[in-house]
Amino acid sequence: MLNVQVSAAPPILGQSVGTNHTQVKLAVRNLNFFYGKFHAIKDINVDIRESTITAFIGPSGCGKSTLLRVFNRIYDMYPGHRAQGQVMLDGEDILAPRSFGTLRSKIGMVFQKPTPFSMSIYENIAYGIRLYEKLNRSEMDDRVRHALIKAGLWQEVDGKLNQSALKLSGGQQQRLCIARALAIDPEILLLDEPCSALDPISTAKIEELMRQSKENCTLIVVTHNMQQAARASDFTAFMLNGQLIELSETTQMFTRPSDQRTEDYITGRFG
Amino acid sequence: MGAATVVGVFFLFWILWATFRLGIPGMHWSLFTKDTPPPGTDGYGLRNAFVGSLMLLGMTLLIGVPIGLMAGTWLAEYGFKSRTANTVRFINDIMLSAPSIEIGLFAYAIIVAPMGHFSGLAGSVALAVLMIPIIVRTTDEMLSLVGNDMREAAVALGAPNSSVITKVTWRAARAGILTGILIGLARISGETAPLLFTALNNQYFSTNVFRPIANIPMVIFQFALSPYTNWQQMAWAAACITVLFVFILSVLARLLVGGVQVQK
Repeated sequence: MLNVQVSAAPPILGQSVGTNHTQVKLAVRNLNFFYGKFHAIKDINVDIRESTITAFIGPSGCGKSTLLRVFNRIYDMYPGHRAQGQVMLDGEDILAPRSFGTLRSKIGMVFQKPTPFSMSIYENIAYGIRLYEKLNRSEMDDRVRHALIKAGLWQEVDGKLNQSALKLSGGQQQRLCIARALAIDPEILLLDEPCSALDPISTAKIEELMRQSKENCTLIVVTHNMQQAARASDFTAFMLNGQLIELSETTQMFTRPSDQRTEDYITGRFG
Repeated sequence: MGAATVVGVFFLFWILWATFRLGIPGMHWSLFTKDTPPPGTDGYGLRNAFVGSLMLLGMTLLIGVPIGLMAGTWLAEYGFKSRTANTVRFINDIMLSAPSIEIGLFAYAIIVAPMGHFSGLAGSVALAVLMIPIIVRTTDEMLSLVGNDMREAAVALGAPNSSVITKVTWRAARAGILTGILIGLARISGETAPLLFTALNNQYFSTNVFRPIANIPMVIFQFALSPYTNWQQMAWAAACITVLFVFILSVLARLLVGGVQVQK
């Protein structure tokens, strides 16, 4: 008798967890990513739920930042970077050719190092808004103020809006960058190690900001810091060597992970 | 090395001392209010040459800055380390050290000869060709210093390439780019050789850029070699003012560099 091995369809992580939460916002199917010939992401299938915070953890080079860079196609800036598979945002594949402008108004991104532009605090926020909307001065003032209030920065910068954003502290700059991203009302906000360059007080402020933002926005955060994932996220995903090993509710992930490799990583046996 | 510095600085100060010692006695308001006098008369003025020189420098900036800025931007933002970009950089570096008299001949061949006469425009083209490589080089280098995360942050907001460059990266590198332009301006403000074949000179006040135009370097050259003492005195005064002009540009450029906050 022939021994035929039928490969089962790959499991979709995140599909069965958190069903008490809202619907699926971002559905990733059979995603592969290549830097030239280097295969950085291997066949990832995962569902991200709306209005939640999902943290991606894993050792350096495991592909978690790369995954984030696929979600708003920032990799498109570089020749030789290539993604295969599907990433469905509300049922629409964002990897299909389309205008990036509208994609990036829906999916914002905050980077590891604060990236204020060399213009005033006000102009930093207004820059993003102007890409999509034509507002008069008072409407723009309102939007800028609103964004700064949302980011918890208003009290610190009120009256100094025309000062250069480069004069702010690192933590303030990062919150300005979050305010800039939130000002265009994205549906998803990607955060790539947003606190790794910041002190603990600034980190706490940003984690608080993340929790407040998830009402209107789905947050996906890549972090090196497991305590941060444990503190700030609803779900945690563990990646290793380009593969997604496990995605669980954060409380479960840090108490009884289902995969031995996850446990090894969390308990510090490698990474 | 210390000795070499002393020797270098010694000659620099000697040149400056000679220029000021002979130039300062010739400073007079009429330099700026009266035109160059006819030979053998005792008039005293350089107004036409100052105006001509400023016009030449202005036109040179108008021609050279857009071309230099765009070429430098292309190298840093689109060319990167590609073969084409590196070839352009190599040629640009050769142009940086091109002998200025040959650039003058070039402008003579492409503008003066076909037009049939010398002109201020030809002078500005020649000066722009000298200035462009300096602007290209500094723009390329300064934009390359701007961190990629800055570009990514703008692109992540959905900004088109044109907006990323004009509103984000140019602004981040503006002090450095401006410094390059000032250095370029300082480099060309004393150039005589290219003007010899192009703008020539003009005894009279003229603002017609399609005709020969008076300018400081040519006046210095012509007056310094003349037998008239008032002309020689004017040449020293003009040299002194040129040195001061370049000195101020250099100080401005240095101040800007000190304030350069290239964001990485």
